[in-house]
Amino acid sequence: MEWVNAIVQGTLLGGLYALFAAGLSLIFGVMRLVNIAHGDLIVLGAYLGLSVTTVLGLNPLLALIVVVPIMAAFGYVLQRGILNQTLGKDILPPLLVTFGLSVIIQNALLESYSADPQKLNAGALETASVAVGSLSMGLLPLLTFGIAIAVIAALQWTFYRTALGRAFRATSDNQEIAQLMGLNRRHIFGLAMALALSVTAIAGIMLGIRTSFDPSIGGGRLIFGFEAVIIGGLGNLWGTLVGGVILGVAQAIGAKIDPGWQLLAGHIAFLVILALRPNGLFPRING
Amino acid sequence: MPDPILTLQGLNAFYGDFQALYGIDLEVAEGEVLAIIGANGAGKTTLMRSISSLTQNRPEMVRYRGEDIGALRADEVAARGIALVPEGRQLFPSLSVEENLIIGGQIGRKGAWSLPAIYKLFPILEERRHQQSTSLSGGQQQMVAIGRALMANPDLILFDEISLGLAPIIIKDIYAALPGIIGEGMSALIVEQDITKALAVSSRFYCLQEGRVSLEGTSATIAREDISRAYFGVA
Ligand SMILES: Nc1ncnc2c1ncn2[C@@H]1O[C@H](COP(=O)(O)OP(=O)(O)OP(=O)(O)O)[C@@H](O)[C@H]1O
Ligand SMILES: [Mg+2]
Repeated sequence: MEWVNAIVQGTLLGGLYALFAAGLSLIFGVMRLVNIAHGDLIVLGAYLGLSVTTVLGLNPLLALIVVVPIMAAFGYVLQRGILNQTLGKDILPPLLVTFGLSVIIQNALLESYSADPQKLNAGALETASVAVGSLSMGLLPLLTFGIAIAVIAALQWTFYRTALGRAFRATSDNQEIAQLMGLNRRHIFGLAMALALSVTAIAGIMLGIRTSFDPSIGGGRLIFGFEAVIIGGLGNLWGTLVGGVILGVAQAIGAKIDPGWQLLAGHIAFLVILALRPNGLFPRING
Repeated sequence: MPDPILTLQGLNAFYGDFQALYGIDLEVAEGEVLAIIGANGAGKTTLMRSISSLTQNRPEMVRYRGEDIGALRADEVAARGIALVPEGRQLFPSLSVEENLIIGGQIGRKGAWSLPAIYKLFPILEERRHQQSTSLSGGQQQMVAIGRALMANPDLILFDEISLGLAPIIIKDIYAALPGIIGEGMSALIVEQDITKALAVSSRFYCLQEGRVSLEGTSATIAREDISRAYFGVA
C-alpha cells in the first residue's frame, strides 16, 4: 500500500512537472528555441504571485488573474525585443542570450526580494486532503494535476483547432512560406512566447504554493521541465504530461527507497528512457 | 497597353556575394499573363522570390500599383495581393489539405476564390480534405499549392514551374485549368521549362539568361531560333 501511495503521489507531482515543461515544449515546437531561462521565468512567476498576494491580499490562485497577463505581455515584448533577433540558422545565439537572461532574472529577483526563501500562502487548501479507500491525496496536488490536464488540453486545442494554432504549425513547418500567407513570423513568435509564459505563470504559482522558493531554484525546474519534454517526445504535448508523470513517479519511488535518492531516481529514469528511445516515447504525434 | 500592375526597375538580387540577377527591367500589365523562360540556374526562381520579398530589395526596384514595395516584408507584400505558387510546392506538412487552403485565405482579401470554389476547380481535393498534405500525389499537391495561392484572392499570381516533376497528363490537366484561374482579371507571371506551354498561355514572355533578360517579345509571333539563342546564349 505504501508503494501504491508513492506512485499516486508521484503521478500527481508529475502534473507540476508537466506544467514546468509545457511552455518549453511549445516554444521549442514553434520556433526551435531552447529557452535556458525557462526555470527562472517560472520562479519569476512565483515572485510576481507573491507581490500580488501581499499587495492585493488575494489568494494565490486568484492572483493568476493578474500574473498570467503580466507574464504574457512580458513574453511578447521579450520575444519581439530580444529573442527574435537571435533566431537563425545558428543555434548558439539563442542559447547564449537565454542563458544571459537567466542570470539577469536571478540577480534581479535577488535584488528585489533577497535570497530568503518565500512561500505563497493558499490557506486551508494546502493541508486539505481527500481519502480514496485507504489512500489519502492532498487537494493541492490533485488540483495541480487537474490544472496540468486542463492546460495541456487547452494548448492542444489551440494548436489543432484554432487559426492561431494553424499559424503556429505553419510557421514551424516553413517560415518563408508562412510569410507568404501574410503571417509575420516575428508577431507569431511573440504570441507563442506570450502563450508559453502564461503557462509558466501558472507553473510558478502552483510551485510557490507547494514548496518554498528562492531566486536560485530556477535551474532545477528547468532540468525537470527538459526531462519531462524529452521523455514524452519532442513536439507532443500529451507526451509531455506522460513525461512529467514518469519523472514524478520515478522520484517518488526513489524517495521511498531512500529519501536521498529522490532526484537521482528521476535522472536515472530519464537516462534509461533516453538510451532506449532517443526520441522519447511519443515524438511528434499529430492531432 | 493598360497601366502596369507590376514594374521591376534595375532589379538586382544576391545570395551572399553571388549576384543572381542583374538589373532586370520588366513590366506586367493589368490582367496580363506573362511567361518567364530560361535555362536551369538562369534566375527565374530568384526573380519570383524578389517580387515576393523573400529576398530583400531596394524599395524602388519593385513597384506595384504605384507603390514601391521592394523593401516591404513578405507578409506585407502578400497582403497587397501578390501570391506565389512556389517551386516544389512547399505545402505545410503539419496541416491537412483543407488547412493548407484555409491558411492561404487567412489574409482576408475579398474575391471570387473560396473553399467551395477551389473544390469545384479541383474536386479531388474535397475528397482528400482531411488528409495530411504530404500523403497526396505530386499532382494533387500541386493543386493544393495553386489553391492555397488562389485563396488569397491575389491580383497578381506567380507560378514557379507548376509542372515540375509531374506526369504529362497531369500537366495537361493543370494547364487546362489555368485559363479559368487567370480569367478573372488576375495578372500572372508563369515560370515554365516547357517553352511551348509557356508561350501558349501567355501574351508576352521574357527570357532570362545568367541573371539578365536576354530576350523579350510577343508569345504568338516569336521565332523558335530567336528563343533558342536567348535561352542557351549560342550565337
Ligand atoms: N540559396 C541560394 N544560395 C546561393 N545561391 C543560390 C541560391 N539559390 C539559387 N542560387 C543561385 O542563383 C542562381 C539562380 O538560381 P534560381 O534558382 O533563381 O534559378 P532558376 O532559373 O529558378 O533555375 P531552375 O530552372 O533550375 O529552377 C543559380 O546560379 C543558383 O545557383
Ligand atoms: Mg527555379
